[in-house]
Amino acid sequence: MGRIVLNRDKCKACYLCIDACPNKVLEPDENVNKLGYYPTRVSLNKEDKCVGCAICARVCPDMAIEKVYR
Amino acid sequence: MEQLVYKKPDSIRDDFKITFCPGCDHGIAVRLVAEVLDELSVREKTIGIASVGCSVFSYDFFNVDIVEAAHGRSLAVATGVKRSKPDKVVFTYQGDGDLASIGLGETIHAMTRGEKVTTICINNTTYGMTGGQAGPTTLIGQVTTTTTKGRDPQLSGYPLKVCEILKEVDGTAFVARVTLDSPAAILNAKKCIKKAFEAQIKGLGTGFIEILATCPTNWKMTPQQAHERVRGEMSEVFKPGIYKDRVSEAI
Repeated sequence: MGRIVLNRDKCKACYLCIDACPNKVLEPDENVNKLGYYPTRVSLNKEDKCVGCAICARVCPDMAIEKVYR
Repeated sequence: MEQLVYKKPDSIRDDFKITFCPGCDHGIAVRLVAEVLDELSVREKTIGIASVGCSVFSYDFFNVDIVEAAHGRSLAVATGVKRSKPDKVVFTYQGDGDLASIGLGETIHAMTRGEKVTTICINNTTYGMTGGQAGPTTLIGQVTTTTTKGRDPQLSGYPLKVCEILKEVDGTAFVARVTLDSPAAILNAKKCIKKAFEAQIKGLGTGFIEILATCPTNWKMTPQQAHERVRGEMSEVFKPGIYKDRVSEAI
């Protein structure tokens, strides 16, 4: 089981991570962040599905996913 | 017990603020260069040369010393820096308008001299920062703010293929064109960038990487559609691959 540390105020809502996530753990948030975007978040009921592959962090152009644990 | 498998590279400043548009591949390219600097343990002795274009903000991200060069003159500045400080690792981070249009003379001559520097070129087929004008790499038929009916080769010429030109230049040691459109492509791009830095560190010659990047804002596409374009029409004209590899031969 993995865990990501996501800085939601750095996300610019390109959602490349949502497309790349193999287990479809990520989804758009319903609330805007400081930049005015709807950032990515980990789906509340899918937290345990994250395997910590760090693919989301590698495709993120804004380095909003700061740490990945496995 | 949790194990840290990924963290922000040390070669990125702690107070960094990505100023690029949403979905722009620049951010990925910056991170890959920073990861390579970390892996080679050369951050402390690296000097970067920023150019003009979207890449101008390099000093906001890279946790290394950065010199800002005039438009297109990055490789001329890099030559001076490297020759006066030969033990430093020097890289330039440029866009296609900077490297292939305004600075093509500097580019070819610095590489003909085989300057021991690494050049990263972000090719997004347009002048991104100034508002999406046609650049040297704009594809045939591509609509930009200065080719409103699509680029017509009879009027404004054909796209310039920088890798194909630079592989014929004797001073280059590593020439590759990579994409950032998928996780596998990103890993491949990182390997190529590492080799381009090794070419410099081993003193073999210039390392050159052309990155096919997206510009969703000026292409007027979503980031997903922009990556589809990179995979499709862009990769057909600019074929990704390793064009020259003296680094592997030297090992």
